[in-house]
Amino acid sequence: MNSFKVQYTIDGEDFSVAGEASRKLKKVLQSLGVDPQIIRKATVAMYEGEINMVIHADGGVIDAEITPEKIHLFLRDKGPGIPDIALAMTEGFSTASDNVRELGFGAGMGLPNMEKYTDYMNITTEIGVGTTIEMIVNTSLS
Amino acid sequence: MKLKKVVELLDANILNDCYSQDTEVLSACGCDLMSDVLAFVKDQALLLTGLVNPQVVRTAEMMDMKAIVFVRGKTPGEEIIDLANEAGIAVLSTQHPLYHSCGVLYSEGLYK
Ligand SMILES: Nc1ncnc2c1ncn2[C@@H]1O[C@H](COP(=O)(O)OP(=O)(O)OP(=O)(O)O)[C@@H](O)[C@H]1O
Ligand SMILES: [Mg+2]
Repeated sequence: MNSFKVQYTIDGEDFSVAGEASRKLKKVLQSLGVDPQIIRKATVAMYEGEINMVIHADGGVIDAEITPEKIHLFLRDKGPGIPDIALAMTEGFSTASDNVRELGFGAGMGLPNMEKYTDYMNITTEIGVGTTIEMIVNTSLS
Repeated sequence: MKLKKVVELLDANILNDCYSQDTEVLSACGCDLMSDVLAFVKDQALLLTGLVNPQVVRTAEMMDMKAIVFVRGKTPGEEIIDLANEAGIAVLSTQHPLYHSCGVLYSEGLYK
């Protein structure tokens, strides 16, 4: 398998399509014959990040690069930024509105899940400028 | 537990063609918060929820879940059924509330 790159634009206006990009990546990974457990880890992590981009940051862009060794995800948004990353990473911490909670999100579990399911995660953020989250899931079975 | 038994125990309606009575579910998750579902790592799972929106199906799809039961008589719209069909996920609905539905399945052996 050669390296494979794909980019998704995430619409921040329409919650009903939130998660579509992650579904599409899942199909791509399945067609590339990636191990199902690895697919689950990578797509759950991306899905949490994608939902966050919609509910907290007005959308953005996700780049995925798939190589024989790893799935590399870059989630970029131009949202409000995250004031305290350590606090945001705490299980149960959420600033989600009641509206978002009614849609089934706002448990404060997204970022912890993303960390749990990936082999590497790095958040860079600037208030008023946006947030970039890089995640790697290793595909080589050890 | 076979889906056939889930349907019997919950007096559930079968809402799409992805249902097969012999589909085996090994665990279940009863929840209205999707990130709690996404934190749950079990194979061949069943999702019971009172939440009705497309993210329920996408969440179940990301987790490779086999079936969704909408509780308390909630009926999903066409968009949700279409998404589930595409994902190959069976969709059921029951009049019973979430707590009752989970309790029944648990006491009948679906306790992982
Ligand atoms: N892309 C983002 N831009 C700005 N703030 C963010 C972003 N992602 C997360 N946050 C902040 O971090 C908090 C925690 O995020 P996390 O995903 O863990 O929980 P949540 O989205 O609130 O709820 P859940 O993911 O369980 O549905 C959010 O409530 C929000 O304040
Ligand atoms: Mg989140």
